[in-house]
Amino acid sequence: MATTAMPHSTTAGPTAPTGLWSWITTTDHKRIGVMYGVTAFVFFLIGGLEALIIRLQLGAPGNSIVSAEHYNQLFTMHGTTMVFLAIMPLSAAFFNFVIPLQIGARDVAFPRLNAFSYWVFLLGGLFMNASFLAGPLFGTGTLSVAPDAGWFGYANLTSPQFSPGPNIDFWVLGLQILGIASLAAGFNFITTIINLRAPGMRLMRMPVFTWMSFVTQFLIVTAFPVITIGLVFLMFDRVFGTNFYRVSAGGDVLLWQHLFWLFGHPEVYILILPAMGIVSEVLPTFSRKPLFGYAVVVYSGVLIGVVGWGVWAHHMFATGLGPIADSVFSASTMLIAVPTGVKIFNWIATMWGGRLEFRPAMLFAIGFIAQFIIGGLSGVMHASPPADLQQTDTYFVVAHFHYVLVGGAVFGLFAGFYYWWPKVFGHTLRDGLGKLHFWLMFVGVNLTFFPMHFSGLLGMPRRIYTYGADLGLNTFNLLSTAGALLTGVAVLVFVINMFLSRRGPPAGPNPWNAATLEWATDSPPPVYNFTVIPTVHDLLPLWRKGGMEPSPLPATPPAPIHVPPGSVWPLCAAIGIITMGVGALMHHHLVPSLATALVGLAVLVVSIYQWAFEPFEV
Amino acid sequence: MSHAAVAHHTSTGLDSRKIAFWTFIGSECLLFGSLIATYLVYEGRSVSGPTTHEILNIPLTSISTFDLLMSSLAMVLALAAVQRGDKVWGRVWLGMTALLGAIFLGFQAYEFQHFVHEGLGFTTNLFGSSFFTLTGFHGAHVFVGVIWLLTLLVRSLQGKLGPEKALNVEIAGLYWHFVDVVWIVIFTVVYLIQTTPLPTT
Amino acid sequence: MARAFLRRFRVSPWIVGLALVTPLVLMACSGDPYPQSTLHPTSDTSEAIDALYRNIFWWAVFVFVVVQSALVYTIIRFRSRPGAPEARQIHGNTIVEIAWTLAPAAILVAIAVPTIRTIFKLKGDAPADAVQVEVVGHQWWWEYRYPQLGIVTANELHLPQGRPVALSISSADVIHSFWAPKLSGKRDAMPGRTTHLAFTPDSVGTFHGQCAEFCGASHANMRLRVMVEAPADFDTWVARQTAAPVAVDSSDALVLAGEAAFKKIRDPAAHSCIICHTMAGVSGGIAGPNLTHVGSRTTIAGGTLPSDSAGIAQWLRNPMAEKPGSLMPTIDLTDDEIAALVAYLQSRK
Repeated sequence: MATTAMPHSTTAGPTAPTGLWSWITTTDHKRIGVMYGVTAFVFFLIGGLEALIIRLQLGAPGNSIVSAEHYNQLFTMHGTTMVFLAIMPLSAAFFNFVIPLQIGARDVAFPRLNAFSYWVFLLGGLFMNASFLAGPLFGTGTLSVAPDAGWFGYANLTSPQFSPGPNIDFWVLGLQILGIASLAAGFNFITTIINLRAPGMRLMRMPVFTWMSFVTQFLIVTAFPVITIGLVFLMFDRVFGTNFYRVSAGGDVLLWQHLFWLFGHPEVYILILPAMGIVSEVLPTFSRKPLFGYAVVVYSGVLIGVVGWGVWAHHMFATGLGPIADSVFSASTMLIAVPTGVKIFNWIATMWGGRLEFRPAMLFAIGFIAQFIIGGLSGVMHASPPADLQQTDTYFVVAHFHYVLVGGAVFGLFAGFYYWWPKVFGHTLRDGLGKLHFWLMFVGVNLTFFPMHFSGLLGMPRRIYTYGADLGLNTFNLLSTAGALLTGVAVLVFVINMFLSRRGPPAGPNPWNAATLEWATDSPPPVYNFTVIPTVHDLLPLWRKGGMEPSPLPATPPAPIHVPPGSVWPLCAAIGIITMGVGALMHHHLVPSLATALVGLAVLVVSIYQWAFEPFEV
Repeated sequence: MSHAAVAHHTSTGLDSRKIAFWTFIGSECLLFGSLIATYLVYEGRSVSGPTTHEILNIPLTSISTFDLLMSSLAMVLALAAVQRGDKVWGRVWLGMTALLGAIFLGFQAYEFQHFVHEGLGFTTNLFGSSFFTLTGFHGAHVFVGVIWLLTLLVRSLQGKLGPEKALNVEIAGLYWHFVDVVWIVIFTVVYLIQTTPLPTT
Repeated sequence: MARAFLRRFRVSPWIVGLALVTPLVLMACSGDPYPQSTLHPTSDTSEAIDALYRNIFWWAVFVFVVVQSALVYTIIRFRSRPGAPEARQIHGNTIVEIAWTLAPAAILVAIAVPTIRTIFKLKGDAPADAVQVEVVGHQWWWEYRYPQLGIVTANELHLPQGRPVALSISSADVIHSFWAPKLSGKRDAMPGRTTHLAFTPDSVGTFHGQCAEFCGASHANMRLRVMVEAPADFDTWVARQTAAPVAVDSSDALVLAGEAAFKKIRDPAAHSCIICHTMAGVSGGIAGPNLTHVGSRTTIAGGTLPSDSAGIAQWLRNPMAEKPGSLMPTIDLTDDEIAALVAYLQSRK
């Protein structure tokens, strides 16, 4: 039975267990958050390496640094990795660590389900990346059989006829596995935010990061089922020979695009809303004044989430939807620019009249705003279908989404790193290196992606491993490559900062003198988060007199606090799921495939039963 | 391991498991919605092979639909029995729900093999692929439900399903009724409202 | 830090920014060196798109300047320094919220109206006398069929200047996208579906394009050219394409040897030219481009190689190296066979 003995101290309350097994069986949201952060950051570095190779290949026309096939695998894995294995889980790291603390809870609603989400993510990410080395197992004559049809895998290029190898199988199965992790986390956080708030923490007293994350979770649980079905259809076509995307049987390739983008557009709001939430926390703290227009910022986030469901076909303007559909989706896409712009104005107004401290977290938050403006404006250009007919599938749209995802989301996530680092680890990251990181990255990102507006409008399509030397694109590409290298150096500075800052002085509970509940407890927090769950009377509990009671929190818990034990069953269930995925990979060999899948199913079922019946109280 | 027996404070007064399960059901609506939408998009577009008119058996499927509806009634009675601590009738109705569910699956298995015999397989045409995927997903959900119900039955037989555990049965009931409602939609959309043009004779 | 540095040398950050961006802008605007530019339209529809884009572009510049200025001003004016006042504890302002909700909405309406007008203008309806062309995307080359004229060709789309064109676009395999930027926005080419583009080219010239939807290994190599010709020249081209194939000159030994090499059945059979290519009067294969008049085309191999002797030889020697994933197999041809085939193919005018 997999429970861990909890060392109890009679005066200071329970403490966290130690040792590798305690991490493998952990159900503590803070540890799970750290694991998400570490794993996602490693995948971020891998995705970044893939980007660097892409940029080296495109630095000059006619390069042969990588073959066409490898290039196609690289841009596919770069996109898939950055979206599903880096940005989403980095956001999840913050959901995990911060949300229970911000709402005054001791943990999430379902701690084991939380651990399950992490293990499925880790194993799913390893599963997909294993494709780089799995060629020999499939007798393909190459080392790498990584997915190679783009992160969006359009049918019918992904059909068995045009992608006969295992590459797309890794993609289809890997994404379905990762989807399970995200869905489970969605159910968990929605319940947590609805049900585990501290007394007095009404919804409109929740910090904006928690609010934006809340909206994000609703997007996840509604959007992921749609892509699951799209992927199931593709998987059935590839494994069983069904006809969903088979043109000769009457199948429609646009079915895939509709299903994918019905997921895909909410997905980009899943990627950006948490970072917007982080910015909404950092700006008030370092402006020494409250967020301007809290309710408007919250409602804008909700509106973005809702309207985000109505814009998907703007990814399909070149498919000839017809003038009415084009007009409707153009209008809805322009509509969504309004709440987005409103947020930007509220952020600037937050700083107006403040007393601004330019710590690294604040620099990244400001960088987010400046760069998101650019990405948002190119987005409005795409919203016009006739203009988009020249822009879509070119480097212009590559510029657009990298400005919002790198200039926006990644900068927001780095702001979160600098902001919450002391809460997680007990010491801050170094300011000097942080500022160097910011400036190198700001210059690097703009140098990489601004020229792409030009190369796109001058005729460079996406997803090409090389380009004609006669097209006048050479200088723009060279600038982008230089920028990418500079960005890599910037990230290296951050990595160095992580290591060098380890022996910094203790940060104390509230090094930034911030307003929200997570800063009321120690850095790092004790395993039980708060000595007592406070009652909250204000949106800014630490800034307002009487904002929370008791204030300050007692140094030791006045009553015994129960901390749930660890459990090994989330990991076992995850292993069962991955095993089923491995079985499905082998679908050309019926008996080993079926046997492996059934073993995986058995492991999953046993794990579920053990999980259901082991003693576990939150 | 001792712990405070005090009920945990919740913001809504509802058990977290109930809230989580409703969220899951919301998510499943999107799942089945995508399957049903695809079925509708592809209706009438099969290039060859059997179509709906030639192969769907409404009278037979009406019986299995009725069976599933009755299983929901049994589920309601099971929950009421467990909530009032009635061990015997709790087990009877849980067992009956599972049995009716299994009968539904039996009807489906018969229907599937009959269709294959008549020339409509999983890969035959668009109708086959979308029909079997949609009803197969639903059948898989029923199957999981039957296992779940049998597990609750065993727990009851072990004396571990008293009224304080009624929430477990309530959540199983939520799942079961949801699966039933999905079937009503499928029955209506696939069997009753066939939009494929009738063959001209 | 950088600002302090710039201030020391009395250089405004604005000047630096402008100095960095201007060369990019100038590079982008200097015409001819950009054969695939979307900013130098030469048809009615691409001009309509360009006009709309410039409208949106200047609104975007306006918003950019206003918002970024507000941001920069704010972070400079309210930075913490000794003697700076305490932060004003403002929570919000309803009037301001309404104002900055309505103002962007108004700008979006100003963009939406011309957008919807242009959508309907570009609907794809072409008059009855338009030149009809069926564009079929293949992995990784473009096929063009003129049903009214009875022409089947590849790589080059010939069009008459000043006459409306109606393209019916589809694919023989996966999704591609037909894109000749100076002439038109792109349109996806999908199997099992037909999409449409209509435009009237207004300038004579050769216009470059390439496939704009990822379609597999050699997506980057799926180039295209559109030759817009004066009406008389177009008629000449049509006459040549519809004429009977040029008779093989029996006094030219090299061409004869090339014909024999073309017709030769090889082992495996799929390595024989006639299996995949149509050469009128010789073969009817449809997997590869129609070669009846290949000698009249300026490029081969999906537009990636010139159709001079060196280019054709390079292609024949190793198609799979020129175009990764190429469906044309690399055939074991001797140098003599290659030279002969080059002569034969170039004679097919």
